[in-house]
Amino acid sequence: MTPTVEKFFYDNSIVKKFGIAVIIWGIVGMLVGVLIAFQLAFPALNLGLPYTTFGRLRPLHTNAVIFAFVGNAIFGGAYYILQRVLKTRLFSDKLSNIHFWGWQLIIVLGAITLLAGYTQGKEYAELEWPIDLLVVVVWVIFGINMFGTILKRRERHLYVAIWFFIGTWVTVAMLYIVNALSIPVSLTKSYSIYAGVQDALVQWWYGHNAVAFFLTTPFLGLMYYFVPKAANRPIYSYRWSIIHFWALIFIYIWAGPHHLLYTALPEWAQALGTVFSVMLILPSWGGMLNGLYTLRGAWDKVREDPILKMFVVALTCYGMSTFEGPMLSLKNVNAISHYTDWTIAHVHIGALGWNGFLVFGMLYYLIPRLWGTQLHSRKLANQHFLLGTIGILLYAIPLYWAAFAQSIMWKKFTDAGQLQFQFLETVTHVVPGYIIRGIGGALYLIGALMAAYNLYKTMRSGSFISNEAAEGIPLAQQSQPVGKLFWHTWIERRPVQLLVFSLIAVAIGGAVEMIPTFMVKNNVPTIAAVKPYTPLELQGRDIYVKEGCYTCHSQMIRPFRDEEARYGEYSKAGEFVYDYPFQWGSKRTGPDLHRVGNKYPNSWHYNHMRDPTETSNGSIMPPYPWLLENDIDTASTAAKIKAMQKLGVPYPEGYAAIANDDLRKQAQIITEDLKASKIKADSNKEIIAMIAYLQRLGTDIKKSEEKNTVLK
Amino acid sequence: MKFSTYLREIAKVEIFPVISLILFISIFVLVVVYVFGKDKTTMDQRARLPLE
Repeated sequence: MTPTVEKFFYDNSIVKKFGIAVIIWGIVGMLVGVLIAFQLAFPALNLGLPYTTFGRLRPLHTNAVIFAFVGNAIFGGAYYILQRVLKTRLFSDKLSNIHFWGWQLIIVLGAITLLAGYTQGKEYAELEWPIDLLVVVVWVIFGINMFGTILKRRERHLYVAIWFFIGTWVTVAMLYIVNALSIPVSLTKSYSIYAGVQDALVQWWYGHNAVAFFLTTPFLGLMYYFVPKAANRPIYSYRWSIIHFWALIFIYIWAGPHHLLYTALPEWAQALGTVFSVMLILPSWGGMLNGLYTLRGAWDKVREDPILKMFVVALTCYGMSTFEGPMLSLKNVNAISHYTDWTIAHVHIGALGWNGFLVFGMLYYLIPRLWGTQLHSRKLANQHFLLGTIGILLYAIPLYWAAFAQSIMWKKFTDAGQLQFQFLETVTHVVPGYIIRGIGGALYLIGALMAAYNLYKTMRSGSFISNEAAEGIPLAQQSQPVGKLFWHTWIERRPVQLLVFSLIAVAIGGAVEMIPTFMVKNNVPTIAAVKPYTPLELQGRDIYVKEGCYTCHSQMIRPFRDEEARYGEYSKAGEFVYDYPFQWGSKRTGPDLHRVGNKYPNSWHYNHMRDPTETSNGSIMPPYPWLLENDIDTASTAAKIKAMQKLGVPYPEGYAAIANDDLRKQAQIITEDLKASKIKADSNKEIIAMIAYLQRLGTDIKKSEEKNTVLK
Repeated sequence: MKFSTYLREIAKVEIFPVISLILFISIFVLVVVYVFGKDKTTMDQRARLPLE
């Protein structure tokens, strides 16, 4: 029987939609990035409004770039590739469209709620629970559409890019759900079901793997398709790509604890993170070299072609970040790098170089083909490449300098054994670096605008091919290969099994990492003196979360001489058992706050929040005048206490009903104290709750010490 | 009830890392054996899939 060749059409319109969304959200995300970069040098740019203050804009920037810019690029790219390597139209046009509009809705809702201060307070997982649910629904739709497409394919073998998409889908689903589990208090407020150390571990298991499985594996899928396409030659080694896939998904999932070195996380978990991070160099570099070697013998093309140039820089940046990542996971390096701008520089090598340039290369490749035309201006694209590359360098180098300079200054002691520098001195010292970094970011943004213009002109010069004709032989009529099948060939041809195996691979890593911490009681030694927050402190803590204070302040003192001298006794795991969510932070733009309690008088905090420069000359912290105006949301106190009780916080039975009485009493005491310092304040204002929370921080174990002294 | 209480019920946690290490190494070895055992023409064919 001669096989019948079927004719069908590729759906280009969904790729077009995602493509345009990438450009728009990319520019929005980068614009916010440039603004917050300059806010660090010029605090006046915070504009004195809650919605435009760094603490709220920074989560908006990270979410916009990760989920909107990169997310849309993944979906658009994956939908283009799936159809072509599987020789079929996408499973359902309707699902594609629901996926697209659903994702854009999430982005818009995310932007609005983050600006309004509705946040779960966990980095890159800030979105509140209703939006989380929407994300899960849309992600499932993406999964159905992808698997539907795979099942109706006309190509028996699943090309390696597809594996990366499957691995991405299953892992992101697992990570996102596990990390976002929370108890809702209202439509706009929820508490993470994890507290303290456990929350930190889950969060960084998620956070690290968001980098791995949202910013890396799907982009490797894109790379394995678009690099060979643009160079018009097959990938250097298909064998490597298979090893690359399995090694990467198996190892990546373990590396999360490297974000928590020297913290109160159990030692064994930290060691696990370091070992697996170092191992990651191998598959990562294997992948990078596989991409770069694909261009062997085509370097003359690279010199001319802006697409290939961008891919080369993207792959180089991938190699740089994946070398730097393991180095940063070594404890001795991490002791210097952590909490500094080094981390920011590191992620931007990845975000601007690897993600950004791969996306722009992909768009320069796709748009002319989708519109059946040539790129409007190759020269402009080359200039974009040049400007973008300079932008990346100007962004990263000053931050590396800032990180080293600041870290050394933090650790410097005088001959008399005193800390040599005030924290603020180390900040003002690196501000010039922040300005250059902002300029670097702005150059990169200008490049993106040039790309938008160039691509727009390209679209105008051609006519869009909504349905692209293609043909293929149905799978059932294709001849079966003769001979014995290897076990892996069996997996490769069965997408569902591939999904199950990748889920097993990533789930094992996650389970081994987390279950022991949850189970073994002595992993979080309890401290008897640590008590739940009072209702006023709890409200204050929620304001701290709402304003995104964790984006600039850590609450985790590492056991180093300088940190103990500067901040006080190092942090213990048992001190965070009532912290839903944990607020350890990852960056010290301002000083650590874990032992700020009782360090300054109430009046100091009042003045400092109203205008930080009043108490700290030269401070780059934005003012928070609205805390002095806004009333504490006492209507929510009962619901919050009840939610805490559900989580296991030992408030007495029926406490929710009378919690506001205690809240008012404590607020009154603080107001009286402020009055003694000649500050007239209303006891129902947010600032009072914030002061109560800050004054409580890290003081519980001091109480136990006092008690011990008395007993002696 | 606290979430961790349920997880604490699981016994013999020490075996977890050992199982995973064995699994990781065995899968890694199997994949390496497989890819280098496969003949070159098949691999080349697959690598050419995007270019068809």
